[in-house]
Amino acid sequence: MIDFVARLGHSGLRWFAVLGRASTFLFRLLLALDAVVRRFALVVVEVHSIGVRSLLIIGVSGLFVGMVLGYQGYITLVQFGAAEALGGMVALSLVRELGPVVTALLFAGRAGSALTAEIALMKTTEQLSALEMMAVDPHRRVFVPRFFAGVLSMPLLAALFSAVGVMGGYIVGVGLLGVDSGSYFSQMQAMTDWRADVVSGVIKSVVFGFVVTWIAIFQGVDAEPTAEGISRATTQTVVVSALAVLGLDFVLTGLMFTGS
Amino acid sequence: MKLRYLEVSVGLFVLLGIGALFYLAIQVSDITEYRDTDTYEVIAYFDQIGGLRTRAPVTVSGVRIGRVAAIRYDPERYQARVTLAIQSAHDYLPADTQASIFTAGLLGEQYIALEPGGDYEMLQDGDEVMFTQSALVLENMIGRFLINMAGD
Repeated sequence: MIDFVARLGHSGLRWFAVLGRASTFLFRLLLALDAVVRRFALVVVEVHSIGVRSLLIIGVSGLFVGMVLGYQGYITLVQFGAAEALGGMVALSLVRELGPVVTALLFAGRAGSALTAEIALMKTTEQLSALEMMAVDPHRRVFVPRFFAGVLSMPLLAALFSAVGVMGGYIVGVGLLGVDSGSYFSQMQAMTDWRADVVSGVIKSVVFGFVVTWIAIFQGVDAEPTAEGISRATTQTVVVSALAVLGLDFVLTGLMFTGS
Repeated sequence: MKLRYLEVSVGLFVLLGIGALFYLAIQVSDITEYRDTDTYEVIAYFDQIGGLRTRAPVTVSGVRIGRVAAIRYDPERYQARVTLAIQSAHDYLPADTQASIFTAGLLGEQYIALEPGGDYEMLQDGDEVMFTQSALVLENMIGRFLINMAGD
């Protein structure tokens, strides 16, 4: 019994320690942010591997999510004789929730895991120590360009996801199910608000990009320098990012969309 | 050459993302509505506003000419004080215009319909609408219907 309590306390303490290391790491990362300006070429390379390479999965997922929303919304709305409001439903669900959240989950799986594996392997093969030996700060040279690229790419990807999804809903709703094209867009414009819906969605996606990239890079740095450690860190990135995104989404939605 | 391709693809990616944002702004949320900042405000007092909310449309003959800017309760008059922001282009509403709260469709949102009167003076910024008609509350209607039935 005592043994059990001791183990529980130990794992609790370990969690606090991880959180503490993650916070100090974030602090050092933010202090080194000037590297974004000084080493902009590195940022470009990272935006390519984080953002551009995620385009295909984000675009295709957005299209299909929009198409499914078109079908699903039509089935519900047609019972109330309100099939005309399909455009508003598709756009609101995408811009407010599905765009930022699904993009962040895909982003964690596609870019976050790659970041963790890359940095953890750098640590395992002692490339990070080698950089420090040469008096090159790995925060400035390795982490900050990746971090900034992630924070920059995420809102752009989320906006693309929503825009493609709206077109997917159009294909199904207007093309296949016969909703009027004019009322699809006019209902959409009547129901969606620029500041309350679109801008809040963009803020959400920036927060998600920040959190997911932070978790991914930290897991890489904090990984045990073994083959098993790398695999565990990569899994941790996806799991922790997904939980953080879903939890934060609840909090942000509560903060942003109270009342009307 | 490798770097050129990298830079071009990143540039295209950023452009595409910003383009998507513009698409969301213009096609999805109709940001042009935010441009009609040239409005004048008229105040209307209602006994009962039902489910009216801020940013609900203000219409004349079904044409939208403004939005509800603010709703609050006036403790001196014991009435709801609704501020209507009407576009400056529509400055031809007579002073005895009537404001009514209607419902769009059976389950739709509530909006304010203005019916122009015959006065020669026009509504100015800060004026009060003289005649108002409150929102219909379903329970009151049913209650009145039942009383009428009992009277027969």
